[in-house]
Amino acid sequence: MAELVYDKDGRLIYTKEMNDEGYKILVPMMMPVHFGILMDAFRHEGYNVELLDTDGPDIAQTGLKYVHNDTCYPALLVIGQLINALESGKYDLNKTALMITQTGGGCRASNYIHLLRKGLKKAGLEQIPVISLNLSGLEKNPGFKISLRLIRRVIAGLVYGDVLMTLRNQTKPYEVNKGESEKLVLKWQTGLAKDFNEGKSYRFKEMEGILDKMCSEFAQIERTNEKKIRVGVVGEIYVKYARLGNNDLEQFLFDQGCEICLPGVMGFAAFKIDNRIEDIKLYGGSTAKRKVCEFLLNYVSKTEDLMIAATSKYGFQPPSKYAHTKSLIDGVIGFGSKMGEGWLLTAEMLELAETGFENIVCTQPFGCLPNHINGKGMVRKIKEINPKANIVAIDYDPGAPRVNQENRIKLMLAVAREELENRYKDKSAPANSKQTVAK
Amino acid sequence: MRLGLDIGSTTIKCVVLDENNKLLYSTYERHYSRITEKIGEMLARVRGKIKGVENALVALSGSAGMGVAEQCGLSFVQEVYATRVAANTFIPGTDVIIELGGEDAKILFLSGGMEVRMNGTCAGGTGAFIDQMATLLNVPLEEMNDLAKGYEKTYTIASRCGVFAKTDIQPLLNQGARKADIAQSIFRAVVNQTVAGLAQGREIEGKVVYLGGPLTFMGELRKAFDEELKTTGICPENSLYYVAFGAALCADSTIDFDEIINKVSNYTGSGNFAFNPPLFKNEAEYESFKERHSRATVNEVDIHDYNGKCYIGMDAGSTTVKAVVMGENGELLYSKYLPNSGNPVPIIKNFLEELYEVKPDIDIKSSAVTGYGEDIIKNAFCVDYGIVETVAHFTAARSFMPDVEFVIDIGGQDIKCFKVHNGAIDNIFLNEACSSGCGSFLQTFANALGYSIQDFATLGIYGKHPVDLGSRCTVFMNSSVKQAQKDGATIEDISGGLSLSVVKNALYKVIRASGPEELGKKVVVQGGTFLNDAVLRAFEQEMGVDVVRPTISGLMGAYGAALYAKSRAKNSDEKSTIITKDRLKDFVHKIKVVNCGMCSNNCRLTVNTFADGRKFIGGNRCERPITKKNPDESMNIYEYKLKKLASYKPVEGSRGTIGIPMGLNMYELLPFWHRFFTELKFKVVRSPFSSRKLYQKGQQTIPSDTVCFPAKLMHGHMKALIDMGVDKIFYPCMSYNLNENLGDNHYNCPVVAYYPEVIYNNMRDIRNVTFIKDYVGIHRPKDFPKKMHTALIKYFPDITLKEVKNAAKNAYEEYNRYFEDIRRHGNEIITKAELENKEIIVLSGRPYHVDPEINHGISKMIASFGVAVVSEDCVSDRVEKFKVGVLNQWTYHSRLYAAARYVSTRKDMELVQLVSFGCGVDAITTDEVRDILEQSGKIYTQVKIDEITNLGAVKIRIRSLLAAIGR
Repeated sequence: MAELVYDKDGRLIYTKEMNDEGYKILVPMMMPVHFGILMDAFRHEGYNVELLDTDGPDIAQTGLKYVHNDTCYPALLVIGQLINALESGKYDLNKTALMITQTGGGCRASNYIHLLRKGLKKAGLEQIPVISLNLSGLEKNPGFKISLRLIRRVIAGLVYGDVLMTLRNQTKPYEVNKGESEKLVLKWQTGLAKDFNEGKSYRFKEMEGILDKMCSEFAQIERTNEKKIRVGVVGEIYVKYARLGNNDLEQFLFDQGCEICLPGVMGFAAFKIDNRIEDIKLYGGSTAKRKVCEFLLNYVSKTEDLMIAATSKYGFQPPSKYAHTKSLIDGVIGFGSKMGEGWLLTAEMLELAETGFENIVCTQPFGCLPNHINGKGMVRKIKEINPKANIVAIDYDPGAPRVNQENRIKLMLAVAREELENRYKDKSAPANSKQTVAK
Repeated sequence: MRLGLDIGSTTIKCVVLDENNKLLYSTYERHYSRITEKIGEMLARVRGKIKGVENALVALSGSAGMGVAEQCGLSFVQEVYATRVAANTFIPGTDVIIELGGEDAKILFLSGGMEVRMNGTCAGGTGAFIDQMATLLNVPLEEMNDLAKGYEKTYTIASRCGVFAKTDIQPLLNQGARKADIAQSIFRAVVNQTVAGLAQGREIEGKVVYLGGPLTFMGELRKAFDEELKTTGICPENSLYYVAFGAALCADSTIDFDEIINKVSNYTGSGNFAFNPPLFKNEAEYESFKERHSRATVNEVDIHDYNGKCYIGMDAGSTTVKAVVMGENGELLYSKYLPNSGNPVPIIKNFLEELYEVKPDIDIKSSAVTGYGEDIIKNAFCVDYGIVETVAHFTAARSFMPDVEFVIDIGGQDIKCFKVHNGAIDNIFLNEACSSGCGSFLQTFANALGYSIQDFATLGIYGKHPVDLGSRCTVFMNSSVKQAQKDGATIEDISGGLSLSVVKNALYKVIRASGPEELGKKVVVQGGTFLNDAVLRAFEQEMGVDVVRPTISGLMGAYGAALYAKSRAKNSDEKSTIITKDRLKDFVHKIKVVNCGMCSNNCRLTVNTFADGRKFIGGNRCERPITKKNPDESMNIYEYKLKKLASYKPVEGSRGTIGIPMGLNMYELLPFWHRFFTELKFKVVRSPFSSRKLYQKGQQTIPSDTVCFPAKLMHGHMKALIDMGVDKIFYPCMSYNLNENLGDNHYNCPVVAYYPEVIYNNMRDIRNVTFIKDYVGIHRPKDFPKKMHTALIKYFPDITLKEVKNAAKNAYEEYNRYFEDIRRHGNEIITKAELENKEIIVLSGRPYHVDPEINHGISKMIASFGVAVVSEDCVSDRVEKFKVGVLNQWTYHSRLYAAARYVSTRKDMELVQLVSFGCGVDAITTDEVRDILEQSGKIYTQVKIDEITNLGAVKIRIRSLLAAIGR
């Protein structure tokens, strides 16, 4: 066990010595494909990271025990997963650290790391250092540094993750030979992880070739041309993506015979960078900071071009460009609404409806503050703009029973199914309208 | 032929339609959670009765039907969708359908853009809610409707959910409100909840149809809807069966009776539910447990054999009334434990009558009463003392274990816990609305399944896999049961699971303990709910400690009151003041309901009159209706703030009128914007201070039912401004607040920051006025004028930058002046309190908690205890910036931490935190404020407030706090 060193505010820091001793850094799960690839980017930088793939009701129970029960569900789950892992006996508690993201925005999520520390204290695990993963310079640790090289690799990892997710979502529901898409995802995930571990595949040129090959392989999956209900999923980032947070919504929708579209995480990254630019535009601020952000946004925009080029070349529906998504909310909600998923959530719903995914599940933790505004608060406006939009807002919470959630989603799907039938079937015989009235 | 099954949360319906959709057969039954059994029975019956049904097409619907449909391979039709299909077929031309079921409320808009809506998770419980309320009123469900017919007045009852409503009804009952009035008020609450939660800005108009059980059976409920919607809705023939009709109409596969009956009878569910270890491994373990707990007893003596002084203790609780007669040495002579039945007065009357019967020559030395019904019982029967529950329970617990370290009491409605240090209460934990009613929920739930609570609890003892049912609130637990059943949990597992949920609620939500070391080794548990062995065991298991449960667990409040009465009794020959046998004979109790009307709170008072003309007034927030005098407001900053804000009057201006909604952050930015726009030559008007009426004006346009009440009120303020004829409204978005240099950042919370966006997109009327919702940054005073000018010239091209600069300068000055004034006045109150040796309560919250409709007169109520009331911003500038355990990034919340830090340094100050229900940020601040206070041995008191707030519960908190600090 390395010496425990604290900063002037009494925060336990992650020291170089800890890293040199090979401390295991546990990372909570959110997006299996993306994170799976990313872990190797960190390993290549010399961090002994481990992505937790634990599951089951114990995680929420642990969260409830150590976190204020009215805190958002993602906090309960993330903290629950980490402490649950520490309590599992699988790790040497004198040689383990935790890592968690911190956004620094006006939403509760910026406080997860502090809630985690409070939880650790309650659980008697105060010797475990917690590393904040952020780009705002919030908490610094000598044993963990984010280099520009690492940022580039993280971006590349997210791009690959987004494209793999997009491709899989478009092939899996239609595949003739069941399981091909998942197999291909796994193959690429493993391959890319290996590349990352060796410090390869993150440069633009490499990405271009890899994405092209990736799309071409997915294009070879034999598919039917059934007409399926197309459902978009948006929401608070954790419950939108994490199986643990949304009771495996993806699988549920897939079992209900839907094609799913989850807007990618790169849009969220662009949004977070863009917020800083918008803040300066709205309230004033440093030009230098604005320039840096514009440079970063431009870099992200270029990766978007790569994704769009590769996917469209092989006939897939490409992810939207951030700039386009943003343009959709002009006159709907201000660009200053930046906390949580902010206006991006509204924009994604409009974009989904525009691209044929009018049926939307808007997911949020119970009591999610920004979603009162950007999610539930905008549904009416979205319907005004696109009357076909068929949106259901679902709250996730440790106490919210799955059966109620599924029942509401099924209502949305029933309406969607009818719309689909009306569109594609013989218009004279849609289901149930043939019945004559006998009363 | 088509057969449709509707499996709801409480009932099963089955219909058979012929080729022409004519109804051949229908049946309706409660299933008492024995769903599969009932389906089997029902199908067998249909099969025998209807010829040709063997070849019918079949489909299934209903909220509890999903699992069964999967198991039997039948088509499942979502129930709201089914309703729609049926309505299109049987009642064409319908515009809106309102359907209330056992647990869900639905609204379907069929014309002009089809929309179907169901209540959100947090607004669950409609039919089941009315069921529960009937239990609470102690009337059969069937009589609720007739009862409601005879109403004279209505009360406002929280319509957020069943748990909140219950907390409101309880004190009404204890004040002596008429049951008829309450029944009618319950219906109104259901209407409000449905309309506010589901209309979401869409007008309910045209041909309105009412469906589902509650609306079919209760004419008064339909009437209440008619009145609110200003329409006359119809309740068609067979209104119970529309979901089943829909299922039948969508039926697509031929029924195979044998197979279905076989499959449902073998239904096991996936077995895939989260569960806990069994409560007891075996019978022997249970026996030794029972033996261990039978030891904590009191000495019981037959009252006939006792000759000496007696002390009476009574506990008029929320669901039960308890009374004991105690002897000189603490011996229990006589006791009663009875259901509250909605009015404690006749119960206590009976108790006393019986007592005088049993022991005519009884020598009553002293008496005391505690519980929700304390005031009315004390007045009705001239009881010597009234004491707060916490004190009663603590006194009793200490008599069992003098060195007790932790006491936890779970009653029907409330959970009360306290930590004891050096023989005094050191910390108090009381549940807030969401976790209330856990104890009585077990009872109601057992009854709904057709069990007595004892039998139901015994089942739990033997459950092999107690289900995890969550612990958020009883409404959620109720729904979780549905899920568990779908997954194949047995009734034993559910009973055990519910007991665990109650315990987890107490531990993790109320006490916030994560391990036994936080409670201490010497724990006494009490309250009626702990009589349930499953609950007791669950507690011991979860915390890993053995605790003491007195055998008189349920009577502890009353026993504590008796002990208290004894401790206060004078040594002389003076007798108790309690009503004598003779006077009891002439006991009369009359109730009248009136509106106080002496201030803006306009409390609905229940005036109880007793035989000798004595009066007791309930429902008041302050002493004014009793003393007829103005309460002393000089020691209450909340009143002062309100007056100060009211002093910002409109000044005529050449640029016309601009309106400002008086809510959320405007509660402290009004001085800023008032001055700003007045300088720019606008006549600045504000919407009136909130009222219930104002809220209702806007409630149809609220899109998110779980947002906080202060935000919901904004809809009403907008409507009020529009009704005032204002043509320009200023309500800006503000990510940031002013930086007071107390924290790491200075954000507003997302709701305060962006609520204008919700208003703009959900209130149609707003589009007829100039609505200015631009993003402004007053946190950067240097950039502000230029940025603001750019925003304003979009609407008022003639405004110059120079004008804006000048206005801004004045606005910042005005803002500072306002704060200086508030702090100066706060300081005066503090100084005066110091001189008069008065306790000072720092009632902390947000600026908008000054709104009387939001704080419900709590500041007045606290002030009525003779303490001074200041707000967090009066003291937050008195400490240096310091590091807290969380990211300190919101301006309002930084003040809370600073205030807590300051209070910690003073002996004469206590902090009470107001928290609005649904405030996500406060999940973080409450823990941190508590930490700061507890570090210096202060007691943390939280008061959760919402649309309606039961002041009875708040009073208990404040009294407990004052009692604990020795006042």
